[in-house]
Amino acid sequence: MSLTLFLILCLNGLQYGLLLFLIAAGLTLVFGVMGFINLAHGVQYMVGAYLIFAFTGLTGHFGLALVLSLVTALLIGLLLEYVVFRHLYDRTHLDQVLATFGIIIFLNELAKVLFGPTTLSIATPEFLSGSIQLTEQLRYPVYRLVTIGVGLVVAAGLFLTISYTRTGMLIRAGSTTPEMVAALGVNIKQLFRIVFGVGAMLAGFAGVIAAPIFAIEPGMGDNILIVAFVVIIIGGVGSIGGAFVAAILVGLIDTLGRSLATELLSFVFNPSMANQIGPALASMLIYILMAAILVIRPKGLLPAKGVH
Amino acid sequence: MKTTLTSTAGAALFSAMMSTTAMAEDLKIGMVVTLSGPPAALGQQIVDGFQLALDHKDGQLGGQAVELIIEDDELKPDVALLKATSLVEREEVDFVVGTVFSNMLQAVFKPIVQSETFLISPNAGPSTFAGRNCNPFFFATSYQNNQNAEVSGMIATEEGFENVFVMAPNYQAGRDNVEGFRQTFKGSVTDEVFTPLGHQDFSAELARVSTSGSDAIFTFMPGGMGVRLVNQFEGAGLSDSMKFMSVFTTDETTLPGQKDAAVGFLAAGSWAPDLPNDDNLAFVAAFEEKYGYIPGSYAMQAYDTANLIDSAVAEVGGDLSDKDAVRAALRKADFTSLRGDFSFNNNHYPVQDFHALQVVKREDGKFHTSFVRTVAEDYADSFHADCKM
Amino acid sequence: MDRSLVIGALIFACLLAMPVLLPLVGAEYLTGLLIKAMLLAIAAISLDLIIGHGGMVSLGHAAFIGVGAYAAAIGLESGIENILVLLLLTLVVTGGIALITGALALRTTGVYFLMITLAFGQMIYFTLTSLAAYGGDDGLTLWSLATFFGSDIVQNRGGLYFVILAVLFLSWFGVYRISQSRFGRVLRAARDNPQRAEVMGYPIARYQLIAYVIAALIAGISGLLLVQHAEFVSPSIAAWQRSGDLIVAVVLGGLGTRNGALLGAFFIVIVEELLSSVIHEWRLIYGPLLVLLVLYAKGGLNDLLTPAAQKGR
Repeated sequence: MSLTLFLILCLNGLQYGLLLFLIAAGLTLVFGVMGFINLAHGVQYMVGAYLIFAFTGLTGHFGLALVLSLVTALLIGLLLEYVVFRHLYDRTHLDQVLATFGIIIFLNELAKVLFGPTTLSIATPEFLSGSIQLTEQLRYPVYRLVTIGVGLVVAAGLFLTISYTRTGMLIRAGSTTPEMVAALGVNIKQLFRIVFGVGAMLAGFAGVIAAPIFAIEPGMGDNILIVAFVVIIIGGVGSIGGAFVAAILVGLIDTLGRSLATELLSFVFNPSMANQIGPALASMLIYILMAAILVIRPKGLLPAKGVH
Repeated sequence: MKTTLTSTAGAALFSAMMSTTAMAEDLKIGMVVTLSGPPAALGQQIVDGFQLALDHKDGQLGGQAVELIIEDDELKPDVALLKATSLVEREEVDFVVGTVFSNMLQAVFKPIVQSETFLISPNAGPSTFAGRNCNPFFFATSYQNNQNAEVSGMIATEEGFENVFVMAPNYQAGRDNVEGFRQTFKGSVTDEVFTPLGHQDFSAELARVSTSGSDAIFTFMPGGMGVRLVNQFEGAGLSDSMKFMSVFTTDETTLPGQKDAAVGFLAAGSWAPDLPNDDNLAFVAAFEEKYGYIPGSYAMQAYDTANLIDSAVAEVGGDLSDKDAVRAALRKADFTSLRGDFSFNNNHYPVQDFHALQVVKREDGKFHTSFVRTVAEDYADSFHADCKM
Repeated sequence: MDRSLVIGALIFACLLAMPVLLPLVGAEYLTGLLIKAMLLAIAAISLDLIIGHGGMVSLGHAAFIGVGAYAAAIGLESGIENILVLLLLTLVVTGGIALITGALALRTTGVYFLMITLAFGQMIYFTLTSLAAYGGDDGLTLWSLATFFGSDIVQNRGGLYFVILAVLFLSWFGVYRISQSRFGRVLRAARDNPQRAEVMGYPIARYQLIAYVIAALIAGISGLLLVQHAEFVSPSIAAWQRSGDLIVAVVLGGLGTRNGALLGAFFIVIVEELLSSVIHEWRLIYGPLLVLLVLYAKGGLNDLLTPAAQKGR
């Protein structure tokens, strides 16, 4: 394996990891602060992708469409919170799972009805569509590099907000001792709503930046949701820092694994055997990682204090 | 999904009872295709192509009013099986037309042929049923999966490619395609990569492609996978350093999503929208007028399938009870294929010409594959000798 | 009189009569639908043992259906035809895997248990997709099926319907008996207050593991029956979405109740069938319906059918 290949795989892994972080951040906060399991969080990712598709089509301008998509994603998140989720905060996790599962089914089907069952795609925005020469044969798309940069900026912003602002402090407090925060006269419902809306918007944002790279299709959020759950479990529920570390870890392992598992196995097995086992093993890696971590540390890698 | 075109099935659980009594002399055709997920466009083309043929014949095939029941297999083998079983047991259809994907075909095969219902594949053509396990109740109007890839191997050799990177999804048709390409390609295959079906991010694979020292890539990535692969291939700047050749990856279903990224890419196939024969050009024009997009080979094969059924039902005078007579009529392939010459081999797979194709941009800004040259004439698959029919 | 027993008995009486009634109205094809519902119900009932009574929410239960199905399918492919031998094979393989994964998974609790079972489920799922000799992702059509000492009573054209019905009845009856036994009470005590149960001297981890294995064994049997019915097996039956469907059935029906899982499974299959025959976009109705059921039918379907005085059964 060449150094270039490894470098590219790392960049890809980093990019995938940051995408996962954007989704996992909201998920882990909603889970950590409110103790709420929101399966419909992955659907917000899909919503973001469809929004950017629709708004780019309407406005013809990526930047404008981006702003509109984010605002709409936020509004949709708040609407869902108002109509359904707020009734579920004091219900059991299983009720939350069931209800948010119903929302997944609904929104996936709605996307199919509105946009058709076919896979859609949007072009990379013009000013980001170039690529940087890495080696003689290979260039790396600027858009992916920008995605990495933006992901890092958002992660840093989120981290600073949680660590140094009043809202952040309340969120941290809320995730450990919600009764205490409420007793201090803080409007905990308001806090929940903010966390919820921002989480939905971040997932939507992930969908927006993923749209030009991956295909837009109904149900695109389902599998990434499961991976996001793996991320927050590895990172420890409610911990933004943990989610960040875990997201990058999962992104790298998954990307490197998919590319290298078959190759590594072919040292041990014959090529056709390696071709059979390789992809399956690569898909399993993150689950093996999570299971191993849970067996050793049953509460995750970096659990936020006091959660469950 | 269920759409009953001539009589809308009623609401309740027991409603299907009523429709079994309605119009008993109708020709009932069930269709199992993929209409959801990334490859939904493929199934839609089959539905549209078949429907267009029905329209051209006033809703009748072989003089019989057709009741067409369309089912979506959702690209899930268990769903496909359920839908197929319901078609033969509940609706008691005369023909089943399906499927898009080979793995779906394998799932639906047994219950359909065991109920002695004719199964006609408008697309999937796995090797499984072409050789030893060929079946008197199964016909394919498309091709045998390996054939397009075999022809690609010939084209790659003719184009003078020496080192080719091969990539396909990890399922039956994917493996068939890789095997087919290897059979006829004279140069060396640098690497062989199998991705999961429905793969999203090809960046890791493309990194391997870029460092493999290949002068071309051969791939088979139908539907949404093809859109993503081609866009990411272009994004990685690989278009400048190597040739891209494929089957069912840059076709009329994926080109609307690939656009300029795919122009000039090579493909192999038995047909292209501009294949120069009058029937075909008329079909493409009529199709575009009705559905607003350029048909791909899927639509063409579905159109041919409808015409095949039409010819067979007419031949037996509408009497479908004598299965042997229906089979004999089907085997004659007494219809005008949009592809030109077309006949069935002993294994009920087609014998037809194959061509080199290239993606072009039409004057109106739409994209399609274009006929370049004929590579193999009256080309039969390599499994038919094992078939004892 | 115990209302839930009456309802359960009624359901089984209906199921018993259906093969006679359906042909009279020309709707034999509905037996396929009923078999689908019964197979789902068997797996859901087994899941309810660990979710409802044990408080262990597994998102990997469908993997055991997959393991059972593949054990049977691979047995069939290697020439084993006797269903009793296949059953034994299924039980050994499923039980073995459940014992190992269960022992590891039970180190965790709550949502971490859910995630670790998901992880094991996914590992099993991807392992099944890599079995290229048995179809890989595509699945495998079974051209020869199991027999009962040469008789086709365990096949579709024989009496498979009644075999599945019998297994459903045994699961329903058996899980209820288990839940009412001392074993079941300890399981619930461990669910509600693990510390106290431990202090009282119960080796709760062992109880939970036994429940987990029993649930897996029943799910494995449903996998074997699924193979016999569908004459086809594919990894999709072990996908995490299937595990999700099972949870939906259990929660929808009512956790830890006699008929909950049974009602939930039949509800899902019948509502899906009804809705999809009315409207193609039936999921637009089904999704909100689930939400409404959660919001307004708090104890699940079982509660809707049970008078207030008898709640909690």
